[in-house]
Amino acid sequence: MEASGLPDLSARRSKMLGDGGRRGLALSTASTVVVLAALVAIFLAAPGSAAVRHTFFNPIDMWRAFIGNPRQGYYSVGAAIWLNIRMFLIAEVLILILALVVAVVRQSTGPVLLPLRVVSTVYVDVCRGVPLILLIYAIGFGAPALELKVISYQSAAVYGVVALVISYSAYVSEVYRAGLNSVHRSQVAAARSLGLSEWASLRHVILPQAIRNIIPPLLNDFISLQKDTALVGVLGSIEANKAAELYSDTTFNYSSYVVAAILFLLLTIPLARLTDRLIARDRARRLAGAVQ
Amino acid sequence: MPGAEAAGADGREALRIEGLWKAFGGNLVLRGIDLCLAAHEVVCLIGASGSGKSTLLRCVNLLERADEGTIWLDGQAITGPGVNQNLVRRHIGIVFQSFNLFPHMTVERNVTLAPTKVLGLSRAEAAEQARVLLDRFGLADKRADYPDRLSGGQQQRVAIVRALAMRPRLMLLDEVTSALDPELVAEVLDVIRELAAGGMTMLIATHEMGFARDIASRVCFLEDGEIVEQGPPARLFTEPSDERTRRFLRRIVDAGRM
Repeated sequence: MEASGLPDLSARRSKMLGDGGRRGLALSTASTVVVLAALVAIFLAAPGSAAVRHTFFNPIDMWRAFIGNPRQGYYSVGAAIWLNIRMFLIAEVLILILALVVAVVRQSTGPVLLPLRVVSTVYVDVCRGVPLILLIYAIGFGAPALELKVISYQSAAVYGVVALVISYSAYVSEVYRAGLNSVHRSQVAAARSLGLSEWASLRHVILPQAIRNIIPPLLNDFISLQKDTALVGVLGSIEANKAAELYSDTTFNYSSYVVAAILFLLLTIPLARLTDRLIARDRARRLAGAVQ
Repeated sequence: MPGAEAAGADGREALRIEGLWKAFGGNLVLRGIDLCLAAHEVVCLIGASGSGKSTLLRCVNLLERADEGTIWLDGQAITGPGVNQNLVRRHIGIVFQSFNLFPHMTVERNVTLAPTKVLGLSRAEAAEQARVLLDRFGLADKRADYPDRLSGGQQQRVAIVRALAMRPRLMLLDEVTSALDPELVAEVLDVIRELAAGGMTMLIATHEMGFARDIASRVCFLEDGEIVEQGPPARLFTEPSDERTRRFLRRIVDAGRM
């Protein structure tokens, strides 16, 4: 059934491209409805459908997981998502700062900053290459083991944020670097020729243009960061994913995970739409500029 | 002798270049340039593309580091160790072929950025100065516009105003009309004429031979990184003494550009 459904769709689509206006719209709507209906039918007709619906989509379990019941050994997924949001917001600000510093150092010229350039290059290479979950384990279990003042006695969420910041700053610094490179060198020449120092040129001329160019990819990384806060659960923080896990551990019902998934969607979809809108606005501006 | 010819006007020396060499990789772009400008003098550099005109201007502005040679501005050496490049550049304005306005700033902010950040003027003082300058060059109504709303000629005039706002002692113009549509060239050249009439010392790289003949007190012909010949435009354009100059001018005339 699935095998025959897919070619059908692509045939409809190519036909749709040939048609214009209302007819095309009707066709595309109809084909979308047909495909979705087919998928639902497959799901409902599957031999294990009833069991899956009971284990994953049980409204009563979903509600229980959402509000939580600590006396029964599980926490509210709805409350736990706040920890994800807090971790995301704090990590985001720190990432924006650290990544910028790394990017500027890597772009710097001159012999004085050479050691820093080497350090930041190694940092980006290593922290982009190591899976985030390993970094979370390393910091979350390594830092407490050191038994140092302050450093070793933080909550799991703090270690999680530190790991997120370290990992994501490596990625985001590359985004910044691409942005800095996207500003034409003649802008540097123009700024320096007016007597602006290297720092003032960066601050007033290069960075504002670079950041405008990289807002969409930055937002893209932050959508991904929102989801990756769920990984901090491996350290034992009761964030949404961990809360869902505790629920399923006690009740053998996985509907809690669906609740967590829905909550993450509610967070990421607005950011995704914002990104789309900014990309569209940017393209409109470029087109307007090109007409001139 | 270039020195003798440079002693025009009040005789004060504004710019002196001695033995300037510059190479990019293995490509020798400037081979021992000697040049002197008296205060208020307007000197045009002519020559084919790749003859070294732009590089010479960029070396004077310290955007390129000369391999050898010394440059003096108002009697002070501006090359060599211990020179504060930012301080030197305040006094030398440069205008580029491609305008290079800051696209994320309004015309007014383009003009006021350096005076506020480098000279320490207040925003109000800088804005007032910008208003006067923009007004003088017919750009008063463009103050709040962004550069991409302006024609090429308007953008280039803003770029000139931006450089003037630093009250430079010397202006370097690097083929400032080459990127313009033909009908927009005149408005920019008029601005430069006005600057010359106001006594601005200028070193101008240009392909506009008619303009060079009009405005320059002296024209230098460059080829392969050397000043082949220099002299007052009347002489250089009508009876060039060097065979290479004659060949270049003949090509220009044949191309219908003079």
